Amino acid sequence: MADFKEISPNAPVGAKLLNWVDNRFPASTLYKEHMSEYYAPKNFNFWYVFGSLALLVLVIQIVTGIFLVMHYKPDATLAFASVEYIMRDVPWGWLIRYMHSTGASAFFIVVYLHMFRGLLYGSYRKPRELVWIFGCAIFLCLMAEAFMGYLLPWGQMSYWGAQVIVNLFSAIPFVGPDLALLIRGDYVVSDATLNRFFSFHVIAVPLVLLGLVAAHIIALHEVGSNNPDGVEIKKHKDAKGIPLDGIPFHPYYTVHDIFAVSVFLMAFTAVIFFAPEAGGYFLEYNNFIPADSLKTPNHIAPVWYFTPFYSMLRAITSEMMYVLIACVLGAAIFTAIKSKLAGFLKGLIVLVALGVVAMMLSIDAKFWGVVVMGGAVIILFFLPWLDHSPVKSIRYRPGWHKYLYGIFVVNFVVLAYLGVQPPSPLGERVSQVGTLFYFGFFLLMPWWSRLGEPKPVPDRVTYAAH
Amino acid sequence: MSESLVDGPRRVDSGKRTWLIASTCAGAVGGVATAIPFVSTFQPSEKAKAAGAAVEVDIAGLKAGEKITVEWRGKPVWIVKRTAEELADLPKHDSELADPQSARHPEEFTPEYARNEHRSIKPEVLVVIGICTHLGCSPTDKFQAGPQPSLPADWPGGWLCPCHGSTFDLAGRVFKNKPAPDNLPVPPHMYLSDTRLLIGEDKKQA
Repeated sequence: MADFKEISPNAPVGAKLLNWVDNRFPASTLYKEHMSEYYAPKNFNFWYVFGSLALLVLVIQIVTGIFLVMHYKPDATLAFASVEYIMRDVPWGWLIRYMHSTGASAFFIVVYLHMFRGLLYGSYRKPRELVWIFGCAIFLCLMAEAFMGYLLPWGQMSYWGAQVIVNLFSAIPFVGPDLALLIRGDYVVSDATLNRFFSFHVIAVPLVLLGLVAAHIIALHEVGSNNPDGVEIKKHKDAKGIPLDGIPFHPYYTVHDIFAVSVFLMAFTAVIFFAPEAGGYFLEYNNFIPADSLKTPNHIAPVWYFTPFYSMLRAITSEMMYVLIACVLGAAIFTAIKSKLAGFLKGLIVLVALGVVAMMLSIDAKFWGVVVMGGAVIILFFLPWLDHSPVKSIRYRPGWHKYLYGIFVVNFVVLAYLGVQPPSPLGERVSQVGTLFYFGFFLLMPWWSRLGEPKPVPDRVTYAAH
Repeated sequence: MSESLVDGPRRVDSGKRTWLIASTCAGAVGGVATAIPFVSTFQPSEKAKAAGAAVEVDIAGLKAGEKITVEWRGKPVWIVKRTAEELADLPKHDSELADPQSARHPEEFTPEYARNEHRSIKPEVLVVIGICTHLGCSPTDKFQAGPQPSLPADWPGGWLCPCHGSTFDLAGRVFKNKPAPDNLPVPPHMYLSDTRLLIGEDKKQA
């Protein structure tokens, strides 16, 4: 609690007003803590703009969303027509709608790049674990938001996409069918489903999302930003306690980010005006056909940002289960023989592994597909504890780590591509290998991240004035 | 604000603590009790539960090799009249099927009167719910036998699910190594007369 500050009666009116506010609300303190006296490392590169861009897209989505709700009708008989009404009859309605639909894809592009930046420079490592975990929770919320929002236009892809994803839950043994029923509120995806998804999409999830974004930024500003060198700038401070390699967020990085915003908006508006459907990738063509509960479109695939995870779901067939069982058994045997754990623990691990194998044999592959798809997202939360590399940044990791990360990206893109394609025997094999690689990358990280000789890490950030 | 209002070493007032714990527990119970009606609203409404009436269909006009789709409980129900040739082909690919005898979860997927090779009451007329048992897409007709995109070279005719590639034969039986675990469900149904079919009920007397 701050002391009440008196100000000279001769002070300008503006200063008096600010003093009046500051005595009642920490306006100046907040501004200093988060803007003018938040010291960020001076060696940020372009990878560091995506956090601010994500915030911009969030604002775009909220503002356009508010205006769309003014004209949209969450009713199975009216929804499709009301979206078309927005597109054709509401003045400039098409622009607001395309901003919102393109914004969804832009959000994922920006967030995937933002997450990859974290992966490259080890931004999730101690003491930034909570920043990363809040971020992963934001990613989960975004997926929920995107999925439920996609049902609202009530087109064919909306309907069948929701049907497939809600049915994922029914694969859970014992409680699954009842859970799916609770989510749908009906025996099939119907008006009840549309109404509740609307409620979640416009109010429940956005509230959680905003809370998480605030937590993400507060946690970040508590520990300070990481940087491309992965060294702590707080180690070297001047007499005033300001990091020597830090510069105030405002004005230095606000200008940096405004430049990025300009570039981003050029690309964003180009898509909105010239290719709002982005060739069927941002808005699928089948979604311009009203929902028909009796006919699934010939080719259904989720929107591009879900497809890597969707590929992994499709990869889990009953054949693939034998491979997974072999992996579990292999891991258990390896632990039993090679690790230095107590005999009792080893026995426990082998028992658990056998229990898991028994479950893998007795429960349908469909359920394990859901587990794999969910696990692919959940595993990200554990990244801070999986990475045991002695250095944070890719810059000082052994050279082959770069190739491994390269393969990881290519693998992710290949999985995304396969998820858009109709099922094929070759695609199935490739996606199975891709799924194994994805999980191998993370689950074996405690082992491979320690291998190789890291390069010497500098004491201060590397930075050339320009 | 953190300074204690009383001087001296702080002592836990155990009487006060007991009441704090008790009232917190009472509050939690109240909170959970209040959540129950909120969660209950997620259940299907009375209106949704009531909308499950049986559907009557006249199949007099259905020719061999044709399929009609009717809606029952919001789901597509297919009625297919198979040709004699197609019926004769059914047992030939039994070894490629996951569950040729419809033995898995029969109470859920196959009523007693359809637990046979052709999964139907009348051998030629198949009645199934056209919803894939994997994740609920409606499979696409692929009645034409022989090699074609997304299908094996020895395709006997049947259905292909566009979502995850599960394939079903003309008795709605799922092929091995596909994501769908079960055969297409046969809904309760009965013949009111030779050509009038009632879908949704199978009591002997309607």
